[in-house]
Amino acid sequence: MNLLTLTTALLVLAALAYRVGQRRALRLRTDQRLAALPSHYGAYVALWCGLPAAALLVLWLIGESQIVRLLVVGALPAESQGLAPAQLDLVLDEVARIAAGTNLFEDDSLAAAAARYSALRGISDLAKAVVVMAAAVAGLVAGQHLVVARLRARDAVERLVRGALMAASTMAILGTIGIVASMLLETIRFFQQVSPLAFFTGLEWSPQTAIRADQVGSSGAFGAIPVFAGTAMITLIAMIVAVPIGLMAAIHTAEYASPRARAIIKPLLEVLAGIPTVVYGFFAALTVGPTLRRLGDTIGLDVASESALAAGLVMGVMIIPFVSSLSDDVINAVPQALRDGAYALGSTQSEVIVRVVLPAALHGIVGAVLLAVSRAIGETMIVVMAAGLAANLSANPLQATTTVTVQIATLLVGDQVFDSAKTLAAFALGMVLFMATLGLNIIALRVVTRYRQAYE
Amino acid sequence: MSKWAAPTGVSLADCAQARLRGRYRAERRFRYCGIAAICLALGMLGVLFATILAQGLPVLTQTQIGLDVAFAPGILDPDGTGEAETLARADYRKLARNALRTVIPEASGRRDKRALAKMLSIGAEEELRDAVLADPTLVGQTKRIWLTAGADFDALNKGTIARTGAESDRRLSDKQIAWFDALDANGQVRRAFNSRFFTAGDSREPELAGVLGAVVGTLYALAITLLLAFPLGVMAAVYLEEFAPKNRWTGIVEVNINNLAAVPSIVFGLLGLAVFLNFFGLPRSAPLVGGMVLALMTLPTIIIAARASLKAVPPSIREAALGIGASPMQTVTHHVLPLAMPGILTGTIIGMARALGETAPLLMIGMVAFIADIPSRVTDPASVLPVQVFLWADAPERAFAERTAAAILVLLTVLVAMNLSAVILRKKFERRW
Amino acid sequence: MALTARRQVLETEPLATAKTAKVAAHGVTVFYADKQALEDVSMDIRGHEVTALIGPSGCGKSTFLRCMNRMNDTIAICRVEGEILVDGVDIYGPGVDVVHLRARIGMVFQKPNPFPKSIFENVAYGPRIHGLAENKVALDDIVETSLRRAGLWDEVKDRLNEAGTGLSGGQQQRLCIARAIAVSPEVILMDEPCSALDPIATARIEELIDELREKYTIVIVTHSMQQAARVSQRTAFFHLGVLVEQGDTEQIFTNPVEKRTQDYITGRIG
Ligand SMILES: Nc1ncnc2c1ncn2[C@@H]1O[C@H](COP(=O)(O)OP(=O)(O)OP(=O)(O)O)[C@@H](O)[C@H]1O
Ligand SMILES: [Mg+2]
Repeated sequence: MNLLTLTTALLVLAALAYRVGQRRALRLRTDQRLAALPSHYGAYVALWCGLPAAALLVLWLIGESQIVRLLVVGALPAESQGLAPAQLDLVLDEVARIAAGTNLFEDDSLAAAAARYSALRGISDLAKAVVVMAAAVAGLVAGQHLVVARLRARDAVERLVRGALMAASTMAILGTIGIVASMLLETIRFFQQVSPLAFFTGLEWSPQTAIRADQVGSSGAFGAIPVFAGTAMITLIAMIVAVPIGLMAAIHTAEYASPRARAIIKPLLEVLAGIPTVVYGFFAALTVGPTLRRLGDTIGLDVASESALAAGLVMGVMIIPFVSSLSDDVINAVPQALRDGAYALGSTQSEVIVRVVLPAALHGIVGAVLLAVSRAIGETMIVVMAAGLAANLSANPLQATTTVTVQIATLLVGDQVFDSAKTLAAFALGMVLFMATLGLNIIALRVVTRYRQAYE
Repeated sequence: MSKWAAPTGVSLADCAQARLRGRYRAERRFRYCGIAAICLALGMLGVLFATILAQGLPVLTQTQIGLDVAFAPGILDPDGTGEAETLARADYRKLARNALRTVIPEASGRRDKRALAKMLSIGAEEELRDAVLADPTLVGQTKRIWLTAGADFDALNKGTIARTGAESDRRLSDKQIAWFDALDANGQVRRAFNSRFFTAGDSREPELAGVLGAVVGTLYALAITLLLAFPLGVMAAVYLEEFAPKNRWTGIVEVNINNLAAVPSIVFGLLGLAVFLNFFGLPRSAPLVGGMVLALMTLPTIIIAARASLKAVPPSIREAALGIGASPMQTVTHHVLPLAMPGILTGTIIGMARALGETAPLLMIGMVAFIADIPSRVTDPASVLPVQVFLWADAPERAFAERTAAAILVLLTVLVAMNLSAVILRKKFERRW
Repeated sequence: MALTARRQVLETEPLATAKTAKVAAHGVTVFYADKQALEDVSMDIRGHEVTALIGPSGCGKSTFLRCMNRMNDTIAICRVEGEILVDGVDIYGPGVDVVHLRARIGMVFQKPNPFPKSIFENVAYGPRIHGLAENKVALDDIVETSLRRAGLWDEVKDRLNEAGTGLSGGQQQRLCIARAIAVSPEVILMDEPCSALDPIATARIEELIDELREKYTIVIVTHSMQQAARVSQRTAFFHLGVLVEQGDTEQIFTNPVEKRTQDYITGRIG
């Protein structure tokens, strides 16, 4: 019986248990007052039937492979038994394939183990089905016996549901723990191989040479400064595009545009934020990059086909709505009384905006820009597709450059085992990226809340 | 403020008047700046869409070449057994080449022959085989069959590659162009709807590549995401908004959720790689893992949207239900949650739309492999639409650039459909009350 | 699992005879966080009478009302001391099922708050969750009786499936009363039920309250002296979180013992 059939059977049994509980409650109701609705008694019995059995099933699934493995190792040829765990895994995988009949070639030395494996799996599957179904039936019977008129079935069921809700809310914490733990471990391993000082102050980044020990420069160069500088340059270009355009657009929609124009312009700007970044990457690499190159040719500048400028410009366009919609909100939140005061002195609208509204909204706008910066730093696809890989430490935006995200993506794509400093470096960079965006977001949030408080 | 010290002959009023004109000019300039900013932003949007449409739309059709193929029994079925297996294994390449050579006999010599063979896609062999298998009586006959043209000739037919200029810079030689033109003049070239693009998986040959594999991979991954993120997100939001005591722990949970929403997507990829692949040993490139990573990314979005719309349900509804003796759980499930559902669904769809366009974390978990098969299970290796876009954008052939644009069009169409359904869903739910 | 249900709360005691205390509060003190809202309130509410709670805004009338069906439990910062006995059983005692308590002690709120569902569903919801109707016929019956008692039946009988929120304000408030009646409560608490209504709708509700007295015990909070005088038999005057005076309505309005009461009903404080 495979897992799907077993789960289905379990569900069917739980549904049956529901009916049983409900029926019993309805019978009781003829001469007694019930403490809950019949459906609650149904759910109560269904939970008794389903939960312990499901828990058992999960435990079995977790333990099964370990136990089967232990038993199969015993049937392996002697020389295989002494292998290192990693190689043992490969042999066991092969055993599993032979048993399933999907191995590409015959290997008689493993036949005994394969037979053992098949037998064990068969036994385990059967036993699993029997045990789980037995637990379900036992739960059903027990639950049904517990159904009496006094039973507060609703309370019991609701307590359980509440527990489940609470467990769900901790998922977010688990996610964060997962992120931090996975990156921290690998980062620590990285810094055991490469000193943090070299990483944070080194000026040369060439991780690719570090793969083989016999190569020249086998220690690799893990000075991350060029990578950080590339990130900073592209972010700067993006902000140079996004901040003025986004801010002016926000000012226009908030202060000048008619409600109808506003209703059209705002969603259209939001569309820019909804376009997948890979689309921007395509646009940057295949349209903007070559266009810039041609432009450069005509005025005698040497523009690389993958340049920081192309990536930065397109990223700027992507960021515009982040700046504009947040700024729009804060500009709208500036109290009308402030504006009225300035108008009463005979100011023109632009004077009111520049001298009164913007200063009043400054905190919020700074917050918006910080959030946009954090977005730009973390953006991956545009730079992967349009900025190149070369870690040049140069301030020339017409050259190819690289960023933290590009390095993470290229260092790890195609690798599964993190053993070299090269792969571990990606996690160190990831950690830096995580901390940087986290810091920016916290600061931005602080700035914005302080702004809000000023007007409350 | 020397301006105020009115020089003789100029009154204060004149001075102020002049200043006022200047100020109005500044006002106008300021306004134009705002309009220019919006036009610039929307202009970029327009250029983006125009470029992608212009590049992607030609992919909707595919050039075909009509050849009178002689289904020679000597090639197909030399022993005359008529068995399907023999027919399936026959040398269709030879068949196709022979057919080409009969229309263009002047191609002699190895180089010419090779240049001529480029006119047909390697998919043409398959097409011939399918034709024979579908109708074995073809053996021995000669019949006009429309075969898929090679990518370069397709581009030539659509006018997207150069016909003139230095021959060495071009993908097609003058000779090849002349052959093609001759066929065209003969009525042996046509453009048909490119159904293969929508029904095939990835391929090394641009004219044979399709998006179905990526679309199916996307569907699997998004289904996993929805299955995980929606229930978890709604449950978490209900707990935090309706049941959680306001204490340190819930404070921590909240801060966490907000921070998780701001983490760059590639970091989620690192998590997926380290935890799901290396720690739990789940398969690489699988929509299952992709869906799990995307679920973790989407979770904060759904929780935040769900909390906002739970908060928007008026407290009087809760009081009304509690007041007649509904338990808090009944109050939530019978009244609050259904009322909040349109908002929750909208938030979910927006989150899913974002997940749909996400590429970087999927690169991390190995979804960049070349996969030609259509996945049939969530654990099969697969690609997803945005990753397919990334892969094709990286390919050197120009024909792949077009396919990239076309894949983007498919992606954008799905996105628009999702957002539209969000709007419609919300409208429909709103009407009920 | 708490299988040790308390029978005494689950079962309805025989209806207390008139003039004995249906609800008795002893030394009720309420805090919102550190802020005291009620101080040492003790009062008896007799069965089958209308008791009016009056007093200036913020004096704790609503707070006291909400103590009687433990609606204050939903406010995290609210702390209640003292005891409130309903038919002799402390509702803040251990093992009391709040949900069942609220079914026995219904509530009508200041602003009409029908569920955004059909009129029928509004009234049927309570009986459904409490399992009061075993089948559709019984449920229809409960809905009809409740709407009749609330004086709304004739106006809505042809559109039971239309949204409850589509009714006029006065009708909505009567729908809320019908909804409260549908679970056969013993006591109905009303917190300024007419404050959102026009005089005509108010008059209808007042009439209704008078009719309902026959079957239910009613406690009503009101800012209108006239209303208190018209509908209630007993009146309690609150001021700054203390119960200043309680007594027969007649006596309170014509011959109050306390000076503060006198001042309030003549409009000098409040
Ligand atoms: N949820 C709450 N949180 C904090 N304080 C509250 C809350 N509800 C009421 N209070 C405070 O308790 C005191 C009594 O409030 P209550 O609502 O009982 O007054 P009230 O007599 O009903 O007034 P009104 O006639 O205006 O309705 C007030 O000072 C009020 O500020
Ligand atoms: Mg009040």
